[in-house]
Amino acid sequence: MMAAFILAFSLLTLLMFFVSYCRSLTAASMHKALSEEVLDVTGIQARASGRDFVRVMQLLQLCPDRTEDRSGLQIVGTYYAFLNLLDQSIAKLSPAVHTWAEEERAGCAHFAAVALGRRIALNREMLAQQAEL
Amino acid sequence: MPDRIALIIWVLGITADVCLIATSLVRGSFFKYFFLNFYVILAMSADLTRQYVLRTWGLNSVEYHYVYYYTDCLLTIALFVAVISLASRVFAELKLDKFVRVIAVLLLLGTAGFSYGVVAQSAQRLSTSFTNELSQNLYFVGLVLTYLLWGAVLKLHETRTRLVQMVLALGLYFSAYAGSYALVNLASKYEVVLYLGPLLGCFLPISWSLTMLRHSEDSRLTPARLVAVPR
Repeated sequence: MMAAFILAFSLLTLLMFFVSYCRSLTAASMHKALSEEVLDVTGIQARASGRDFVRVMQLLQLCPDRTEDRSGLQIVGTYYAFLNLLDQSIAKLSPAVHTWAEEERAGCAHFAAVALGRRIALNREMLAQQAEL
Repeated sequence: MPDRIALIIWVLGITADVCLIATSLVRGSFFKYFFLNFYVILAMSADLTRQYVLRTWGLNSVEYHYVYYYTDCLLTIALFVAVISLASRVFAELKLDKFVRVIAVLLLLGTAGFSYGVVAQSAQRLSTSFTNELSQNLYFVGLVLTYLLWGAVLKLHETRTRLVQMVLALGLYFSAYAGSYALVNLASKYEVVLYLGPLLGCFLPISWSLTMLRHSEDSRLTPARLVAVPR
C-alpha cells in the first residue's frame, strides 16, 4: 500500500519536473527572434504554431547535424509527443488543457526553428569555408 | 542482475561521470559547481571500489557488504551537500546563503542523531545499520529539500538557466529514484525493475553535463515560463 502511494506520488512529481525541465529548455530560446531566412524556409508566419514542429523537424534533418542541439531536440521531441498524447486524450474534455497544450507545442516549434536557424548559419559558414579553399 | 547488463550500466555510469568532470573543466566551471563535481568524483570512486571488492571477494562477502553501505552513506552525504550548495546559490542574492548552510549543518546533525537513536534501540547496534539508516533518512531529507528548493526557484523568479536546469535535473532524479524504489517493492519478480536504480544513477551526470555544454554561466531564461501551469 505504502509502495503504491510512493509510486503514484513520485510519478506525479516526475511529470511535474519533466514538464518544467522541458519548459526551461524551450524558455531559453523564447527570447530569440526567428530570422527572415527561417521564416521563409519554414513558412512560419510571425509566430510559430504547434503544427509547424513536424515540418521544422523534417527541415532540420536536411541540414548538417550540430551535436550541441541533438539532445535538446530529442527531449523537446519527446515533450511534443507527450503534448500530442495529452491533446488527444484529456484535452478533449477540457478546453483549457487544449489551449495550454497548443501553446506548449508552439514553444516546441519555436525551439526547433531557433535550432534550424543555427544549422542554416553553420551551413553557410561551411559553404563559405569551402569557397575560400 | 545478469553480469553483462550490470557491467554495461556500470561502464555507462563511469563514462557519464567522466563526461561531467571533463565538461566542467573545459567550461571552467569545476570550482563554481565544486560540490556537484565532488559528488560525481565520489560516485566514480565508489563505483570503482565496489567493482574491485566485488571481483576480489564476491557479492556475498562481508567486505562487499561493508564497502557498499559505507560508500552509499558517503554518497548520500555528498548529494545532500550538493543540494545545499545549489540552495545557497539560489539564496545568495537575498544574503541568506550563510543561514542556509547553518540550517544544513543542523539538519545533517539532526538526521545523524535521529538515525543513531533508531539504531541504538535495536539489539545489534551495528555501525552498518547506522550508515544504512542515515543514508535512508538523509536521502529523504534531500528529496524534500529539492522540492522546497524548486519552490524557492519559482518564488524568487530565478533566471539563471544553468542553476534552474541543475535543480530540475535533481528533482527528476529524486522523483524517478523514489518511483523505482517503490517499483522494486511492488514488482520485484520482474527483472527489468532491478536495472532502473543503477540506470538512473547515470542520469544526473549526463543531464548536468548537457546543461554545462548548452548554457553559459550568463545564460538567462524567462522565469514565468518555468511554472508547469501558468497562473
